[in-house]
Amino acid sequence: MPLVSYISLSAVLFTIGVMGVLLKRNALTIFMSIELMLNAVNVALAAFARHHGGLDGQIFVFFVMAVAAAEAAVGLAIFIAIFRLKKTTDVTEINLMRW
Amino acid sequence: MSLDTILASVASMTAICSALMVIWQRNAVISALFLVLNLGSVAILFLTLGGEFLAAVQVIVYAGAIMVLFLFVIMLLNPAPLKERFASGPVVTGLTFALGVLFVASLMRGVMSLAGAGGAMASVGERYGSTRSVGELLFTAYLYPFELAGVLLLVAMVGAVVLARRQAPGED
Repeated sequence: MPLVSYISLSAVLFTIGVMGVLLKRNALTIFMSIELMLNAVNVALAAFARHHGGLDGQIFVFFVMAVAAAEAAVGLAIFIAIFRLKKTTDVTEINLMRW
Repeated sequence: MSLDTILASVASMTAICSALMVIWQRNAVISALFLVLNLGSVAILFLTLGGEFLAAVQVIVYAGAIMVLFLFVIMLLNPAPLKERFASGPVVTGLTFALGVLFVASLMRGVMSLAGAGGAMASVGERYGSTRSVGELLFTAYLYPFELAGVLLLVAMVGAVVLARRQAPGED
């Protein structure tokens, strides 16, 4: 597949992720949409690395995965803490910072 | 059409459909399972791009570890599936989807200019993307970022433990 198809696929996947963050009300699904976006960027990075014939892009993908793992662990811990307080994962009902 | 192209096309279709299903489902568990399918098809795309190490890491870390963590938290919290599919009414949802289509279209304009500048893939050797070549680069040119990533994971681990810990009685 040529480079353009990979980058187009990446753009579509990223947009689906953005839609998920904007539209969903379940905090866990919003989190999954963020993972979708990170993955879309990974596809673009790997495709450009292949396009240039270097491996630096793949190293970047590796680091993005490490950051995604850290982010998932901390984010899910925050959800557990919020769920203990509010008994819901519906983001429209979580308004602790508003007075 | 070569086998590579067919494989990449099928994986792309699966990736897009499963991504749509992730945001379409009401039940978080089903969403998570479709996300696993999405991550798997992206791993196949990495393979067609010559990144065998990346594909393995994608399956082990993403589809394995991170998604198990997700499913574990979903089962632990066990939230009731929400009645509404999306947070807003049909009008706002439709408008958002329209904006999304516009966003993809504007991204495509940039992508198409890329095609004009020559979007051919470079020819690479047999060792491209192998664990050995990626590892060599990781432990030479990218040694400091690699160590920093280790520190980041440690900080995240400690942070997650502290955040999710139940407050002991008498402790404030």
